[in-house]
Amino acid sequence: MNLIVSAIGQGLLWAILGLGLFLTFRILDFPDMTVEGTFPLGAAVAVTAIVHGMSPLMATFLAFLAGMVAGLITGLLYTKGKIPILLAGILTMTAAYSINLRIMGKSNTSLLGQKTLLKTKFLSSLPTYFDSVFLGMLIIAIITIILIFFLQTDLGQAFIATGDNEKMAKSLGIHTDNMKNMGLMVSNGMVGICGALIAQSNGYADINMGIGTIVIALASIIIGEVVFGELTLNQRLVAVTLGSIIYRLILLAVLQLGFSANDLNVLSSIVLALCMMLPQFKKALHLDHILSKGVRVDD
Amino acid sequence: MTKPILALKNIVTLVNKGTSSETEILKNLNLTINDGDFITIVGANGAGKSTLFNVIGGNLPVDSGEILLHDQDITTQNEEERTKFLSRVFQDPKLGTAPRMTVAENLLLAQKRGERRLLKPRQLKQNMAEFTALASTMNNGLEQRMNTATGNLSGGQRQALSFLMATLKRPDVILLDEHTAALDPRTSQELLHATNKRINEDHLTALMITHHLEDALKYGNRLVVLDDGKIKADFKGVEKEQLTTDRLYEYFEL
Repeated sequence: MNLIVSAIGQGLLWAILGLGLFLTFRILDFPDMTVEGTFPLGAAVAVTAIVHGMSPLMATFLAFLAGMVAGLITGLLYTKGKIPILLAGILTMTAAYSINLRIMGKSNTSLLGQKTLLKTKFLSSLPTYFDSVFLGMLIIAIITIILIFFLQTDLGQAFIATGDNEKMAKSLGIHTDNMKNMGLMVSNGMVGICGALIAQSNGYADINMGIGTIVIALASIIIGEVVFGELTLNQRLVAVTLGSIIYRLILLAVLQLGFSANDLNVLSSIVLALCMMLPQFKKALHLDHILSKGVRVDD
Repeated sequence: MTKPILALKNIVTLVNKGTSSETEILKNLNLTINDGDFITIVGANGAGKSTLFNVIGGNLPVDSGEILLHDQDITTQNEEERTKFLSRVFQDPKLGTAPRMTVAENLLLAQKRGERRLLKPRQLKQNMAEFTALASTMNNGLEQRMNTATGNLSGGQRQALSFLMATLKRPDVILLDEHTAALDPRTSQELLHATNKRINEDHLTALMITHHLEDALKYGNRLVVLDDGKIKADFKGVEKEQLTTDRLYEYFEL
């Protein structure tokens, strides 16, 4: 039972990463590799700030700003420097590795004995593992509500249109470069927050904690889509969080089968690959009637 | 009536600039567009019709010459800035609308063409009645699909929507780039008819590229023949009315 609660808590915290990537991967419609660098950047910034005496809340906010800067760099390389987005993201991600080492001064910083967002009085009074569930739910609720509001504004609609049909967006006077930069900044800012929270939840920041994060983010998005099928945009945002939780439960089940935590990255990739291939399997094996209507990745 | 809205003066555009294969596309082109003009543009492939539209639209910088809007120099304005006075309908139905957004959402985007987009609620519901009434003027069932993603519309409905989007916020000049070419003959004629009606009723200024000489003769008050980057002929008023396809064909024979 405890393990399941823990998995749900982790799923909620990691969902911020999935929501962040959703903005670029699904709405702007391009893969942003920056997140692999932004995630440990957020962790490094927050942990270093906390160790230096900053309040955990401020430290998490600082991680948000650091993530936005990383997103802006990728955005400028892409929109102004005309570097293909995949490469622009890889450049920022690679540079972030060195920056993260500079920030932390070493490859691993512990939060042992330090204050974190999870050690506030109220959260400490909750049963074990419920602290991350509560914190995760609170933050996810705030972020989801802000995103839903934002996407229904004139600016949000222009943002969606940029990803949907850039040529049309331009012909309607939408500054698509600005939209992409904004999307990359907000997205990576959220990934920075996620890194900061995971570091506080784990009790440390590690230079290698970013490896595989893009797969985890994609897994939340794709699992949400595969499981819940056709949804409205608002519902899809919620589906990302549910997808993230399901993904953690799948990992938990796999670990129970006897795999070790070292196998996590290969397992993550396999889970994601299977989910992404599901529509093909469905076609080849005529699974339609078995899987009923739950498995359409349509957008 | 004959007030110039847009003037192109000695426009030159080059491709492969600075290399041995440098070629002029538009060669000192001059064109004055008057308020209320509905100009049909014909010309062989490679004559520079699309280049002309891209120059007006700001997608392609000119290498020399100037563009005047109401006597103001807009030569260096970029594409986004020019959308304040200009709207376009493309040939490819896929280009004109956002496929994952609904018909109403697309119209809402077009309603703010060229304006700053702020963090204000989009007010879709408040505009729904107006948009539905507008869609019903196209007579193709578009008004029943207001909440359908445009990716699921027929090509004809999409192009009709693109045209509505281009006229929703009144443009000073509207560019129609073979906007009915991808449609079947009947749908194409229906859309051309609706286009003509709306341009005349709203007294819009329009340029329309077409490969159908009959359409070029039937619609508009002016007909421009583009050839080798220059304007070869410019028929106005009565002169255009008396023009025949046979005479027009002569301009295509070298």
